[in-house]
Amino acid sequence: MAFSLTPEREKEVDDLLTRYPTTRAALIPILWVCQRQHGWVSPDVIQWVADRLELTTAQVKGVVTFYTMFHQEPVGENVIWVCRTLSCDLRGGKALQEHLEERLGCHAGQTSSDGKFTLLKAECLAACGQAPMVQINDDYYENLTVEAIDAILDRHASGEAAE
Amino acid sequence: MSDETKKDAEEIAAAAASSDKADPPSDPSEAKAAADQESPDPAAKPAPKPAGSVAPKSAGSVAPKPAGSVAPKRASVPPTSRPSVAPTTGFKPLISSRYTVPDVHKIEVAERHGAYKIARRALMAMTPEKIREEVKAASIRGRGGAGFPAGIKWGFLNPGPDEQVYLVVNGDESEPGTFKDRTILNIDPHRLIEGILITCYAIGAHRCWVYIRGELQHSIKQLDAALAEARAKGYVGARPFGKPHEIEIFTHTGAGAYICGEETALLNSLEGRRGEPRLKPPFPAIKGAFDMPTIVNNVETIAAVPDILEMGGESWNKLSRLSPQDGGTRLYGISGHVKKPGVYEAPVGISMRDLIDEYGGGMLHDDRPLKAVIPGGSSTPVLRPDWKVDAPKEDHPLHKWHGMSEIDVPMGVDTYRALGTMLGTCCAIVMDSSVNMVEATRNLMRFYKHESCGQCTPCREGSGWLVDTLQQIVSGKGSVQDVETLAEIANNMMGNTICAFADGTAMPLLGMVQKFREEFVEAATKGTPLDVRHDSSTVDLFEGAA
Repeated sequence: MAFSLTPEREKEVDDLLTRYPTTRAALIPILWVCQRQHGWVSPDVIQWVADRLELTTAQVKGVVTFYTMFHQEPVGENVIWVCRTLSCDLRGGKALQEHLEERLGCHAGQTSSDGKFTLLKAECLAACGQAPMVQINDDYYENLTVEAIDAILDRHASGEAAE
Repeated sequence: MSDETKKDAEEIAAAAASSDKADPPSDPSEAKAAADQESPDPAAKPAPKPAGSVAPKSAGSVAPKPAGSVAPKRASVPPTSRPSVAPTTGFKPLISSRYTVPDVHKIEVAERHGAYKIARRALMAMTPEKIREEVKAASIRGRGGAGFPAGIKWGFLNPGPDEQVYLVVNGDESEPGTFKDRTILNIDPHRLIEGILITCYAIGAHRCWVYIRGELQHSIKQLDAALAEARAKGYVGARPFGKPHEIEIFTHTGAGAYICGEETALLNSLEGRRGEPRLKPPFPAIKGAFDMPTIVNNVETIAAVPDILEMGGESWNKLSRLSPQDGGTRLYGISGHVKKPGVYEAPVGISMRDLIDEYGGGMLHDDRPLKAVIPGGSSTPVLRPDWKVDAPKEDHPLHKWHGMSEIDVPMGVDTYRALGTMLGTCCAIVMDSSVNMVEATRNLMRFYKHESCGQCTPCREGSGWLVDTLQQIVSGKGSVQDVETLAEIANNMMGNTICAFADGTAMPLLGMVQKFREEFVEAATKGTPLDVRHDSSTVDLFEGAA
């Protein structure tokens, strides 16, 4: 089925289009709006955005594939980005990733079999003073230990942290 | 942040830090008293005031609240390392002065603490020329890494009669080791807005976009909320403070790409394109966003503008120990193996030793001395405390520090350049004696390989070859010749690309190979044990099959 936005999100798009002298400039913010609704940037989304902004699908796809935060395939209910750049690694980023892989039963780049978590490796997330850290969906979780991340994951798994 | 989320954050913090019960002092005077008690020697120098030692607050973070009010509940750090909140004698924080005020992201609180006072005065009573003069006199070196004086950059503008001037604020903070701009956006967004209003007026701009990396959703929400408040009060809009100079400010969200911190890549990203840097010239001041003359400044640079005007450019400049070339105070970040990682404000020109020992609280483990420190984000060549400054000639800019350790040189744009490294974003990554430098290098080179935009062949291929060669070395299949190969690849990347990314990859690599050559040679002959490698959990998937 062809992709379309909810009326509220359509209004967001209209507002974004007023911010720039060109329509194309709203491309990245609009892709964000679509990903928030759809979970990932599917070929349908690309087609819809291209039509809406009068761009070619190649122009839109070229942008989608450039930026790491646009998911080009479906992801789990929650996306965990675990920072593995130097400052986090000095403070235990590796142990954190290994623990997450063990707990979720999947490697970085994969989704747990219950579909609740997608685990991804991230490059520096600008929280070096609070290392090690992960980003889950929109939120940063910092100064982590294995126990702390377990508690956080429990809450996400039960859906408690969703609201 | 919604109350609910805040509650979540508190609960998580409590759960995560259940062993960390001792409540920190809740007001500055108590904190001072506590700090005094901790100090065995009453005459001892008071500990520096942690600006945002104090991690930036993010929704649902187990991390600390803004400075001062409540000290961080750290899950992974022993209680003794909690930042003390004792004021430094003779130093008044400027850019971080409101970090300790609870809820200062709300406009009524910010205004009670002086926000928008300077912008109102500047727009109503000062000419744009006068403001530009003050900023030039302040000699504020760009805080985004390149260190170019902001006042001089503004002077490059020369718009034609049909041209609009734009201001773009660079909040794409992505350099490994750098996490200072986030504290401004999260804790005190009105300071940034005030700086933007003054700057727009000074350079004749009516529109400003603040480009924030996509990961920082909380920072974007904070700034958007602050902008809505400022708009409601009429500070942002058609007549800021009644002045008929329209100023509209928008946030623009990135989507995950380190290279978008490079100003021309950022402009492409702002225009809805792939974040690939543009050839310069033309420089953005001549032809920038949407082909219009554009000034691109870092978040911290713009947020410092109100203080510069309040004090006067010259007085602000003199706060620096490297005045007049490199003026003012700045935010220092420190991460890695120190007791109190965080963001601290201090005068320009303190030494790395001061930053580590006084601000960072010293090395994390008392039995593991400092081995190396990357001074200003990962693109800057490493410093070794046991290497001495070699400047015997009297006319050498570092002659005063001849024979002293590299980490005793004042941290400034020009002093660090003379030392063969760069000040960058002034955010240090501290490494103790336990760190394997080949692995540290491999970690960073993996970062650069991942983040190269791919536009120029020397960078796209070179960053990959560096990782492959390092992989060969650590897997025990390399030879000493591979160490030479690393240097050769790096030398072929430098200066051969559109932007400075390739140099930012090659320079730290060359610094590591030069200063820790023996470790690279050892790894090349023996390999690096699996448990030392940072990617051991997946490496066997590949090497097992070989």
